[in-house]
Amino acid sequence: MFGYSMADIGNIVVMQGFSGLSMFTVLLLMALGLAIIFGQMGVINMAHGEFMAIGAYTTVMISKLAANYGFVNYYFVFAIVIAFALAFAVGYFIEFIMIRHLYKRPLDTLLATWGLSLVMQQIFRSTFGAKEVSAELPEWMLGSFKPTPDIDIPINGVFVMFLAIIVTAGVYLFMFRSRWGLRVRATVQNRVMAGAVGINTAKVDRMTFALGCGIAGIAGAAFTTIASTGPTTGTLYIVDSFMVVVFGGAASLMGTIASAFGIAQAQSILQFFMTSSMGKVSTLLVIVGILMMKPEGLFASKLRK
Amino acid sequence: MSAILSKLNSSELLGGKKGVLGLAVLAAIIFVVLPLGVDIFRLNLVGKYLTYAFVAVSLVLLWGNGGILSLGQGIFFGLGGYGMAMFMKLEASDPISTKIQTTPGIPDFMDWNQLTAIPWFWEPFKSLPLTILAILVIPALFAYIIGFAMFKRRVGGVYFAIITQAIALILSILIVGQQGLTGGVNGITDLKTMLGWDTRVNGILLFGCILLSRYILTSKFGMLLLAMRDKEERVRFSGYDVSDFKIFIFCIAAMISAIGGAMFTLQVGFMSPSFVGIVPSIEMVIFCAVGGRISLIGAVYGTLLVNYGKTFFSETYPELWLFLMGGLFMAVVMFFPNGLAGLWDQHARKLKFMKRFYDDTPEPERFEPTLSATKEAVEAPVAKKEKPAKVASMKGAKA
Repeated sequence: MFGYSMADIGNIVVMQGFSGLSMFTVLLLMALGLAIIFGQMGVINMAHGEFMAIGAYTTVMISKLAANYGFVNYYFVFAIVIAFALAFAVGYFIEFIMIRHLYKRPLDTLLATWGLSLVMQQIFRSTFGAKEVSAELPEWMLGSFKPTPDIDIPINGVFVMFLAIIVTAGVYLFMFRSRWGLRVRATVQNRVMAGAVGINTAKVDRMTFALGCGIAGIAGAAFTTIASTGPTTGTLYIVDSFMVVVFGGAASLMGTIASAFGIAQAQSILQFFMTSSMGKVSTLLVIVGILMMKPEGLFASKLRK
Repeated sequence: MSAILSKLNSSELLGGKKGVLGLAVLAAIIFVVLPLGVDIFRLNLVGKYLTYAFVAVSLVLLWGNGGILSLGQGIFFGLGGYGMAMFMKLEASDPISTKIQTTPGIPDFMDWNQLTAIPWFWEPFKSLPLTILAILVIPALFAYIIGFAMFKRRVGGVYFAIITQAIALILSILIVGQQGLTGGVNGITDLKTMLGWDTRVNGILLFGCILLSRYILTSKFGMLLLAMRDKEERVRFSGYDVSDFKIFIFCIAAMISAIGGAMFTLQVGFMSPSFVGIVPSIEMVIFCAVGGRISLIGAVYGTLLVNYGKTFFSETYPELWLFLMGGLFMAVVMFFPNGLAGLWDQHARKLKFMKRFYDDTPEPERFEPTLSATKEAVEAPVAKKEKPAKVASMKGAKA
């Protein structure tokens, strides 16, 4: 097949599969935030990619600071916390001044947040310049891990994957095992009734939106370990992450994980055998095709129509 | 035909006194003021903007009146534009003028990509009639396929927007990736333009499309369209097949956008994937929103204004432009959902000399976009008494 021996193909699949895994983690972290904002609240946040960029730029700045003061080896912990906090705060503010007026008009949130994303991109460009910047990686994150002589797995990828697992578990616990998550789900299911039993629905909305944005900030922090950040980095992932959420079934956490995995793996492996653009085109085509057959997504919770 | 004539007589097609005035003012601006008042460079820019206005008009039909937000109008604009560009490129690459190439007689970018023959799907574009047919039919067919697959399964609202956006992304990646067949990221360039003359052709076609759209909107179908936008489930329960109407209006909108794309190629002399993808598709929605999403003529002004602003600011203060554009998106959505047309209607009817034009049009309702389809599905089965007043107000909203 394609002039490779069986052993080569095995190695290629493992390595491409792993590079697909790092893409999977970024997509998953992006999509987790979107699954909360879009899947739960029904708000189409086109500026989600820019919230990721907030996290990424924060991490880059902190890494520069760390390089000056010599705490490069463990700055990442702070970076994740601060990236989350900053994106959370911006999200909280945006919900307050803009999103809360548009809950009844989902299509209009799309346009307004697209405008927001343009403004944020220009802010990034004016502040950090048009060139891409990258973080100073700590030494333990460089290099790679070799289970066999032919297989090469970068350590930063492994690290990001652990981060994604922790965040996913955190989101699961928050949404399905905490008081807060219970309130969020109650508000989504029946706003009036939730209000009647004493839930402050406006506050729940604001916290939910901000939380989604904060997770995008963590995605940004993770992103800096595998690629460099520019003003338009966020837009590269926004369509992909929407496809992940829609494909997985908007309100389902399992679906989001599975579809992020499937989409990232398919793109990564197809990109090796075809050109990179054809790999992406064929993946997206398959997704659009499946969505046309099954519009509610793969893992949609069953609803009475 | 007689239906059209009787409509003309009652001047309903032109939208009453006010509609006639609006069309006349727009015609005067496009055909008299601009050609006399601005230099040839600016006039060509205006011509380019007018080609975007086709898309804005199509979005008034589809989004403002039909409630279907397509973020993929760039697909159809691109299909129309590429159709025209392929014809003109073949026209320009005759064997004599391309004799320095390895294979004379094929477009230059194919030669650079080591192609030795014209690919099969370029063949029909050797003839003008087939090209014109393709410009109209291929986008409509494409829209039919997308529309059929989605509307028949009752996919609408947000999901439709996201999926059309993904299709726009797919098409632009495909065009960029297949450099030998499509000219890649540079697009199809070095085409002849019809300097000066085509602004008028452009204007005439644009008026044709506006009149066609107004004919659609004033017909019974237009009423149904509004009804579908506001209460889709109720229309379905009344026995109409909603999906067929949606597919139809999506196809018409695709054709109007494609005409705009073809005119764009004629006007500017090239076509590239940067007019197909996500960003241009969303920008075209903002042209429509700024003009007023339910006003056909407003959409034209919105397009001209936003593009004028874009050119002005990117020439003088390039770093301010994105702030302004982004701010415009947010302001229009949050504070002026009716756009320029809404502002004009609100204030013009108070002016003394404008008053008589407003005698025959009722006070417009404030446009309140409806909830998402899913929420409606929950609401609709609750039986409410049909209010006859609703019909009258719907008629007013469309003017």
